[in-house]
This record gives sequence, C-alpha cells and structure tokens, in this order.
Amino acid sequence: MATNIKDYGLIGKKVGMTQVFDEEGNVVPVTVVQLAENVVTEIKTEARDGYNAVQVGAFKAKDKHLTKADKVRFGKNNVENFRKTKEFRCHEVIEDLKVGDAINATDFFADLKKVDITGISIGKGFQGGVKLHNMGVGRNSHGSKSKRQIGSIGAGTTPGSVKKGKRMPSMMGNRIFTKTKAIVYKYDAEKNLVLIKGPVPGKANTTVYIKANGVRTWNTYNK
Amino acid sequence: MSQEILNSVAKDYMKESVSDFQVGDSVRVTVLIREGNKERNQKFEGTVIAIKAGGINKSFTVRRIFQGVAIERTFMVHSPKVSEIKVMRKGKTRRSKLYFLRERIGTKASRLKEDSARIAKDFKVLEDQAEAQ
Repeated sequence: MATNIKDYGLIGKKVGMTQVFDEEGNVVPVTVVQLAENVVTEIKTEARDGYNAVQVGAFKAKDKHLTKADKVRFGKNNVENFRKTKEFRCHEVIEDLKVGDAINATDFFADLKKVDITGISIGKGFQGGVKLHNMGVGRNSHGSKSKRQIGSIGAGTTPGSVKKGKRMPSMMGNRIFTKTKAIVYKYDAEKNLVLIKGPVPGKANTTVYIKANGVRTWNTYNK
Repeated sequence: MSQEILNSVAKDYMKESVSDFQVGDSVRVTVLIREGNKERNQKFEGTVIAIKAGGINKSFTVRRIFQGVAIERTFMVHSPKVSEIKVMRKGKTRRSKLYFLRERIGTKASRLKEDSARIAKDFKVLEDQAEAQ
C-alpha cells in the first residue's frame, strides 16, 4: 500500500507578506512561507501506538537547547535534534517512509491547489466584549454608566447561575488557528518558498504547519 | 533576512528597467485596456503629482485637465498593464506631492518650471555618447 505524500504535512516559517502580479496584470497579495528541511523523526503505527501518524521535525537544534526528554526521544530514533516536531495523522499504514527520510516538498506541492495552514494568531491581549465579540456599546453621555460594558449576563434568582459559554472579556488572539482552503499561488523549489494567497495566521518568523486541503485526514492540532 | 527573501520574491515580478521620472514631470503612460475580448493600448498624458511607496508597490499619480475637467489616474510602476512611461517634459519642483495643483484653475494649473539642471545633464550624456562614437 503506497502512502500518499499529501496525507502528511510540512513545517515552515512565515516570512511576511508582499504582492505580485498575475498574468492579467492584477495585483495578488501573497504570504511568503519558507519551507524548512522536513525530516521524519518517528512513525507511529496502529499496532503499536493505536493510530497511524508521521512525526516530522524541522529547524535543527543544538543539544543545549533541548530538554532531556527530547534528547532521549531523538537519540532513540537516531535522528538529528530539531526545535520543532509535528505529528501528522494518516489514514493508511505508512510503509514507504523510514525514520530519517527527508520529505520532498516538490512532490507535496505537485498539483496541489489548496492547503490548510496552521499558526499561532497574533496576540491582542485581554480585550473587552466590544472588540472581542462585536458587542454593542452603551451611550457615552447623559450620565451613562455602561459605555463599553458587556451588559447583562443572564437572568436573576432563576436559574441563579451564568450560562456556560457566555461570551465575556478574555484574551484575544495568541491561539492556534488554522486557515483552511488557502490557495497555493506558487511553489518555488529553487528558493524553497511557497506563496500563499492572502494572509496566514501568526507574526513573521513564526512556525507554520502546512497540510493539503481536501485530503481525507485528521486535524490533530486544531481543537 | 526576511526582507531580503521578500525582495527576492517581488523581484521576479518587477520590471528590469523603468524610465527615470520624478514628481513634476509630464509623462505619457501607455496602458493596456481590456474591453471584453479586445485588447488595446491607451495613452494617458499629464503631470506626475505624486510618487508613492517603493519596490513592487511603487505607484504614481498623473493629473491632466481635459476639456476643463481634471482627471487623475494612479498607475503601478511595475504593473504589466503599464507598458511604457515616457517623459515628455522635466519639471522642477520643491515638493514631493503636488496636491496644491488641485486648487489651481486655468493656466496656473499647468505652470511648472522646467528643470534646466536635469535637462543639461541629459544633454551632456548625449554629447558624451556622440563623442565616444
């Protein structure tokens, strides 16, 4: 059983945004993602681990940057040290891939039009209901006491509690976020770059995880 | 480092050479226009009143008064639709944005001094070329 390379994913680094011109002369906003050297660090099988997955490592690290657990983990599989590892779940048993293999990005992006791309969204701090949940604002004058307050949070003695999931002020951004169906505008094998149309979650120089869209896979990193 | 990568990406889409024009110059811009399935070139002539941004994002605004109505059009310098930018007259200005021209009416609106220094420089280049030959 051959494994589809599009079942697992790649690790990259968001470089930033720029714009390019298409054939018709229209401006296309693109995010540039630099692909890391992706190496298989572990293969999980249903028989041993209860599920099939490929663990991919990227961005080489020195010994001093790793925890003892990571050192043991990489040492056991006899692979180099990596700063980032990511598990990509697969449907089928992976047979044509070994630990230590490099993942071929050219094969991954061949005929691939759309990807799901995951990163940590830009943190905006602790925000109120108006900015976070698009709640309405109160009156600013005439002795108003509810300018940007969230207002009522429920009924009184009955039921005597606040409903679970009530939208309230909290941290905004800085969460794992997946942009689905992001269009791959161009893959540059020479420079090892991918141009993705539109924005991608996270700040520049942060790690992003790319999976093929439309391939029957699990999304393990997005709750 | 990041900026270098972004520049290298943008460079693939940028024109290799763009005619050297400045704010205050009169230019004739050739633009490709698509009407249904037909394509044709349109020429737009006027004064450059602003140059904005840099790199692949660089754009300029051309102002012209046509039959008493002022028209302003903004072009991207590196757009494939803009096939030619020809400098017709070199103007001398002290400002980077000539938005004050919008408030001027009649002949005053098109009264910009010619930049004699730049024209002399061009002549010198031509003379040097002639001498070299």
